[in-house]
Amino acid sequence: MFDFLIQGFGVALTPLNLGLAFLGALLGTLFGALPGIGPINGIAILMPLAYTLGLPAESALILLAGIYTGSEYGGRMSSILLNVPGDAGAVMTTLDGHPLAKKGLAGPALGLSAVSSFIGATVAIVGLTLFAPLLAVVAVKFGPAEFFALMIFAFASMSAMMGKDPLKTLIGAVLGVLISTVGVDSGTGVLRFTFDMPELYDGIDFVVMIIGLFAVSEILLMLEHAFRHDQDGEMAPIGRVMVKMSEVMYCKWAILRSSVIGFVIGVLPGTGASVASAVAYTTEKRISDRDNTFGTGDMRGLAAPEAANNASAAGSFVPMLTLGIPGSGTTAILLGALMLYNINPGPMMFREQPVVVGGLIASLYIGNVMLLLLNLPLAGVFARVLQVPRWILVPSVAILAFVGVYQLHSDLMAIYLMLVIGVFGYLLRKFGFSLAPVVLGFVLGGLMEENLRRALSISGGDVAILFQSGLSIGLWIAAALVVLVPMFAGKLKAKFLPAKAT
Amino acid sequence: MPNSRIITRWLVAVVTGGALLAGAVQAQAKPPECIAPAKPGGGYDLTCRLAANGLQEAKLIDEPMMVSYMPGGIGAVAYNHLTGVRDDDPNLIVAASTGAALNLALGKFGQQHKVDDVRWLGALGVDYGAVVVRKDAPWNNLDELMKAMKKDPSSVVIGAGGTIGSQDWMKAALMAKADDVDPRKLRYVSFEGGGEALAALLGEHIQVFTGDLAELKPQLDSGEIRILAALSEERMGGPYADIPTAKEQGYDVEWPIWRGYYMGPNVSDEAYQQWADRLRELNETESFKKLREGRGLFPMSKFGDDFHQYVKQQVADFEQLAKEVGLTQ
Repeated sequence: MFDFLIQGFGVALTPLNLGLAFLGALLGTLFGALPGIGPINGIAILMPLAYTLGLPAESALILLAGIYTGSEYGGRMSSILLNVPGDAGAVMTTLDGHPLAKKGLAGPALGLSAVSSFIGATVAIVGLTLFAPLLAVVAVKFGPAEFFALMIFAFASMSAMMGKDPLKTLIGAVLGVLISTVGVDSGTGVLRFTFDMPELYDGIDFVVMIIGLFAVSEILLMLEHAFRHDQDGEMAPIGRVMVKMSEVMYCKWAILRSSVIGFVIGVLPGTGASVASAVAYTTEKRISDRDNTFGTGDMRGLAAPEAANNASAAGSFVPMLTLGIPGSGTTAILLGALMLYNINPGPMMFREQPVVVGGLIASLYIGNVMLLLLNLPLAGVFARVLQVPRWILVPSVAILAFVGVYQLHSDLMAIYLMLVIGVFGYLLRKFGFSLAPVVLGFVLGGLMEENLRRALSISGGDVAILFQSGLSIGLWIAAALVVLVPMFAGKLKAKFLPAKAT
Repeated sequence: MPNSRIITRWLVAVVTGGALLAGAVQAQAKPPECIAPAKPGGGYDLTCRLAANGLQEAKLIDEPMMVSYMPGGIGAVAYNHLTGVRDDDPNLIVAASTGAALNLALGKFGQQHKVDDVRWLGALGVDYGAVVVRKDAPWNNLDELMKAMKKDPSSVVIGAGGTIGSQDWMKAALMAKADDVDPRKLRYVSFEGGGEALAALLGEHIQVFTGDLAELKPQLDSGEIRILAALSEERMGGPYADIPTAKEQGYDVEWPIWRGYYMGPNVSDEAYQQWADRLRELNETESFKKLREGRGLFPMSKFGDDFHQYVKQQVADFEQLAKEVGLTQ
């Protein structure tokens, strides 16, 4: 049964392919670490190169898959060090990652996130190896109605993030949803909020949104401080460099739970690392944040989204390899890369192309180990980046991001848009809003609307379709529980705890 | 001090690396270029790469062709760019398809833009629309499906990877129109791309998928789906030989999806002719035939002015169709 895997290791362990897996891991980490160049652009840049060099299909795929998984590792770096997410999956990583760096724990934070990335990816790759064909069958059962229920659950979990100021979290999320409605309406083809600018037809690009909201607003804040001659946030102290075993053990359940969540969400076609890490983070906060330390630099709040986004990257290979349906934007490009090699991924691929499939899966195992070995020592090195003054660091990162975005769009409009969003983000921060709910609203809102509309056009407007399958009912109940339980739990505590205390 | 030196080294390495990467992509000198008017990875990207890889393998270009991306407005941004900014670049081609012709006809590229605003260069391949159902669907042929739809248009859930007014919707609308059903009464669900629509078909969320023939080969091979009709002029060969056309089942609907290119309006006749000849020559080489087949495209040999007239006629036809199915007045 696992012939393809044994055959695959034979392929992946040749010197050329090992070298390519390493190159992919290294470049991927770099692409992920640079905001504005995510896995999608990274693969787009290297795809023609692989083809021009005349690499065989499995080698090309090994290189490109290395970039994909590597960038999920790399994305965390600028999230932790600069509070600017390196790519889509790393938004939630800023929430606890950056506070840890501020406390002088940048090294351990990078180390811990490398370990949790490794575990997340490992869980998912094992899942991919063992259950891929089975999971594919379940994944397609997830239709528009189920996706809508999943988004409701994700929004309900977000209530966990409300923290000190629930109203502002809510407003932030609604603003995000609002921004997600820009562009051609997916159902009817009607243009919404595009002001006759064709650049806005496709909606606002995720990278543009993230760079504007986080990096540009950060620069504006720094400018403001410089103007007022504030001694802005002293340079973070460099504490110890390595993560301790006890810290990893402290997070073990958070990591394992989030790995499973990330894998499952990754398997579903149409949802990717951003949704996976958001659900994992909010779920983990619900489950284990007893002392309200999430958001202030809790190790578990860092480990959870990192495990999840790596797990989802591996998970999104499931529908691609078994059904020929991309599980994420990045696998969509990989699918295109395979087509250049006259390979059509699909239900027959495991049988017809065992070398390619086996080689890919085997290289995921190998690449994952390489990434851990690469990222653990690098943690210490990168932590020292913090010794560079932020007024150099953040603008440099922003410039790289500008170049990356311009390269992807060949159009200045994207840059202007980024600046406008940056001013918007700056204002939000000045008014004390947190940026994460805005981004989550933006990501989840778009998916939620599209799937609601699809579900309703399937049923001809009958709302009952939303509660028809066991899957969706389960998700609705889960959503209700995450909102209601804490409300009642508070009351119950108030009732019983004082009695116990006295 | 040694610490800061290490950092400096690392920073220099990272920044230079990033700048080089960006610079390499950005360098805009002489090499031939193909703009994919979309994000990386989509159909336009593959159309560009078909030309880039084919021309390079056949040694019809001296330097590798660069593929760049210009997403926005389903191709409108690139169309604007070619008519306004790089209107005379002799080394620049832009990927296009039937979808671009449809958008021009619907005025989605802006009312001011007409089909004659660019020079249509040629097509390297064509795919055809297909009416697809699951293997266990109640309809055995197109006629049974159409009868069910005629009886109650809302009883059949159709889905595809485009909005109302997109070419995927047009396929369904034309089928309906061929049987005097009001296309507006169809129960049509739009997905983000054909892949998601196919997943919805396999997961029993929709019943009919109006996709593209060659895209479906893997699922066809595995027996998961049945193709009730090919929207081509005549039956296609090879693995599709058993699939009847809509026409032979009594419904006169054709939907070719060509994959081609256009150039700026002020490109010299000489450069335009040179590119047209290049594509014509490429089309005949053995290595390209293999490439095209792998990409799942059928041959289509229209180049230069021949192709320009073809697109022009198609846009005119689409304008007419759009009125008939109630998209425009």
